Amino acid sequence: MSDADGADSNDDGSSGAFGAAIERGEDVPLLTGDGQYTDDISLPGTTHLAIRRSDHAHARLESVDTSAAEAMDGVVAVFTGEDVVESGVPNTIPTAWDLPGLVQPQYRMLATDKVRHEGTAVAAVVAETPHAAHDALERISVEYEPLEHVTDPVEAVERDVPPVHDEAEDNVAFDFELGDSDATDEAFADADRVTSVDLRQPRIIPNAMEPRAALADWEETTEKLRLWMTSQNPHLHRMLLSAGTLGLPENRIQVIAPEVGGGFGSKIYHYPDEAVTAWCSMQLGRPVKWQATRSESYLTDCHGRDHVTTGEIALDDDGTIRGVRVETHAGLGAQLSQFGTATPSYLYATILSGQYAIPAIHCRVVGAFTNTTPVDAYRGAGRAEGIYVIERLVDVGARELEMDPAELRRRNLIQPDEFPFETAAALVYDSGEYERAMDVALEHVDYDELRERQDELREEGRYLGIGVANFVESAGLSPSGLAGDLGAQAGGWESSIVRFDSTGSVTILAGTADQGQGHRTTYAQIAAEELGLSVDDIDVVEGDTDRIPQGMGTYGSRSASVGGGSIARGAREVREKARRIAAHQLETPVDDLEFEDGEFHVTGAPDRSLHIQTIAHEAYLGHDLPEGMDPGLEETNFYDPENFTYPFGTHVAVVEVEPETGEIEIERYVAVDDCGEIINPMIVEGQVHGGIAQGIGAALYEGAAYDDEGHLETRRMDEYAVPHSTQLPEFETDSTVTPSPHNPIGVKGVGESATIAATPTMVSAVVDALEPFDVDHLDMPITPESVWRATEGDR
Amino acid sequence: MYTNDFDYYRADSVDDALALLGDHDGAELVAGAHGLLPRMKTGEESPPALVDISQLSGLAAIEETDGSSGDSGGDGVSIGALATHTDIANSEIVRQRATALADAAAELGDPQVRNGGTIGGNLAHGDARSDPPAALLALDGSLVARSAGGERTIDATDLFEGPFETAVSSDEIVTGIRIPTADDAVSGYYKRRNPLSGYAMVGVGVWLRTDGETVQEARVAVTGATTTPTRLPGVEDELEGAAVTEEAITAAAAQAGTTLPDEAFVSDVQASAEYRAHLLTVDTERVLGEVLDVDYSSH
Repeated sequence: MSDADGADSNDDGSSGAFGAAIERGEDVPLLTGDGQYTDDISLPGTTHLAIRRSDHAHARLESVDTSAAEAMDGVVAVFTGEDVVESGVPNTIPTAWDLPGLVQPQYRMLATDKVRHEGTAVAAVVAETPHAAHDALERISVEYEPLEHVTDPVEAVERDVPPVHDEAEDNVAFDFELGDSDATDEAFADADRVTSVDLRQPRIIPNAMEPRAALADWEETTEKLRLWMTSQNPHLHRMLLSAGTLGLPENRIQVIAPEVGGGFGSKIYHYPDEAVTAWCSMQLGRPVKWQATRSESYLTDCHGRDHVTTGEIALDDDGTIRGVRVETHAGLGAQLSQFGTATPSYLYATILSGQYAIPAIHCRVVGAFTNTTPVDAYRGAGRAEGIYVIERLVDVGARELEMDPAELRRRNLIQPDEFPFETAAALVYDSGEYERAMDVALEHVDYDELRERQDELREEGRYLGIGVANFVESAGLSPSGLAGDLGAQAGGWESSIVRFDSTGSVTILAGTADQGQGHRTTYAQIAAEELGLSVDDIDVVEGDTDRIPQGMGTYGSRSASVGGGSIARGAREVREKARRIAAHQLETPVDDLEFEDGEFHVTGAPDRSLHIQTIAHEAYLGHDLPEGMDPGLEETNFYDPENFTYPFGTHVAVVEVEPETGEIEIERYVAVDDCGEIINPMIVEGQVHGGIAQGIGAALYEGAAYDDEGHLETRRMDEYAVPHSTQLPEFETDSTVTPSPHNPIGVKGVGESATIAATPTMVSAVVDALEPFDVDHLDMPITPESVWRATEGDR
Repeated sequence: MYTNDFDYYRADSVDDALALLGDHDGAELVAGAHGLLPRMKTGEESPPALVDISQLSGLAAIEETDGSSGDSGGDGVSIGALATHTDIANSEIVRQRATALADAAAELGDPQVRNGGTIGGNLAHGDARSDPPAALLALDGSLVARSAGGERTIDATDLFEGPFETAVSSDEIVTGIRIPTADDAVSGYYKRRNPLSGYAMVGVGVWLRTDGETVQEARVAVTGATTTPTRLPGVEDELEGAAVTEEAITAAAAQAGTTLPDEAFVSDVQASAEYRAHLLTVDTERVLGEVLDVDYSSH
């Protein structure tokens, strides 16, 4: 074990796989259509499920008449919420994160008493074809008694409206505080200046390429449920289905996540729809498939963000940040989603120190029920919202001090020799060279010269904007004990098996679940490096609870650091067992063996050697092993990291804004990311590209809206703008490498970094361009019209 | 995202298509299907039957016409209804003689839509966010429509009746479009793309005859910004007889946002009516400057 915990990836033999821009092995099947997604799988006798959803934001459910639908050709069965209750299953969609004083209302598979948001599942039709099921939906007659609704998290708690849940009369699910309130008040009283910003972070619709889907097959004779589904965490889904929803023992449920087309968080959660699919199969004894339409995705995939915030910053005239105070109303939607309580509380408030040494921080978050789609983690979850707040505060602080915003950032950076650094927001940052990454980013754009050009152009009536944002994020929530202290109903570990097959190939079984990240390539690189093999010798299996003993899944930028860390540790254990077998067969002490390119050889006698794949064969023959050693060559590893990892970096955007029309042109976008050691630079770059696209999307284009009826106004792709490639600039990416000191392979993770960074970077750039118009802040999405209006009086 | 059930027929000829339309009440024609199918998937339209005319031959030609053929009463361009947007964007004839339509076709949708979508279907569909309507109005083109009762011509100014409503009736097939041309005319189309849909947030088509110093005749039309594609008579009046100068163009364009009533403009999550009216003025000025080759770099 001592060796497995060292930060050096491999001290006695390197295959060169780790760190190489190896092409993604998974791409050929995905690009040629060979990849099997849930909807591609068909079982004999499969029936199709469609779900009738509420078109009211808030209403009492008076009656549901299914008779006409049941009489239609091809309809197998129609179920209501009452049918689910009568079946006697636990019928709960549980949350997986508790908070002090949390109100946890009932959350059922199908509504029985009230519908609480547009899109609430009311009834289920199972038919022989998808078309028949969808046609029958319209024949279900539902009577509602409409109730007054509320979609805004501030109005929900401050206005006198009927509560979303009777259990929370004021619509407050939790009232969360973090940091030292008195110390913060003191810092504000002592500081030379105080300034503030009111901001909204609108709802984001995740828009995974593949809408959610499930295929359930209940085998009556064995009483076993097989459930293929679009899951980022099959074992968690199995646990929640078992304990909360269906009441089956875990060993009677097999959850399989085949190819999954994107998630961005939305496929972490245990939703009613997949559970209903499973329940219907259990009622009918036939396979049941549900494939969400894009419209259903918009209405039911958990949305992200929805924060209304007042942030305050206290500064001294020399630019020292003395304190930060934040009050946020976070919309949770109509129900508590799985991690919907953690995202706006711990994942948000703890990152408010950003990259800066801020002595006093206090944050209060009121989590509000609203008559909207439930809100949960979306790429960047909590950290994105928190970094947005601190970066906006630093920008308004710089305006207040009439100081260059990059300079104000620089003056407050945590210095390399201060790590591990404990922030006033309860985190201990692992490592960082923040100024180095910032310098690299600013050099890329030639920052000082750019500021001069900005001045010159302003003389000509042209408005260049330069946005700089620093970010740090807490990735790979761990260790499990800490997660538990904060309220998690799950661990922070990851598990894997590294297995030599008997003829020398390697199979890795990983508890994470890829949705496009490229685990089959990066995990093979990690193991290849440790075992001195080629990535082609290694296969990676994920997403099947019957094949993979345990796992926590893929979210929160955890797969490379926690999952990859587990694989590296397992591979090292395997290598050390192989070394003992080699020493035995070569009749030499273990310490006399060197390991190079997969070969153990005796120091000073390279001819006396054994290849690790030969040893694998020997291990399974078991004919000639050291005394007392068990045969076989595989290790199961549970890795529970000692801390989060903290990826960081600096992004810079240069925009030109045309006040006459409000159009924003992105001239340059530079991203410098430090994700620790890089397993595959091509995949890291891909993650950064996608992340920037989503961050820019939030800043300029996206943002879900509800109309006066409580209906989702942005319900289609031509009403909700995910940016096209043509709307994005060429990204200039670079990196610095500051290894995480406690992670076995020094990685920090990169899945969410660029999304977190890009949003404040873009907003900062546009607002910077509008400085001559005295614009200090604009809320997202910053549409051309909002720019036009902000500059209207001064043009 | 599931269409309602519908029957599908493929027509072998224009007469066959007309017969199928006659036999099936409420049937709709499809060629490229890029306008209708998305609306069927969202339930906004649900025709009981589709008559596919994409396989009809001889309806995609792009030709110059002269007075001798008599069909357009003078020099012009004739475009078959099944010509795709790509055909039109790539046609040297359209580029030279009816530039506004070539510009509009090149800006429309994305390559898949341009390769599949047809001009006849586009115009008959009457989507007020689409690009060709403004070009057709500026060029003063017309549609040739056939029904069992015979053939008629529908002028562009009579064509657009409201959102997804045109003068093409349910028993008619558009077989082609006709555009009159003049040697001293210039035209163009400017599109401001809606970042959500890719349709025009504002699209302005202009056609002008000048002697180099003054504007003799002007037609200006808008799509995208308004609920129905329409001409802008206030701008046209201001332009006619005006000198080809920056000042005159600015003065004429200033009419764009005010010549129509407020309720003519579209308002949605992305852009209010007021903002669209403002953009219409800005973009009218831009396209006029471009077409008349007036230097606007100082703006």
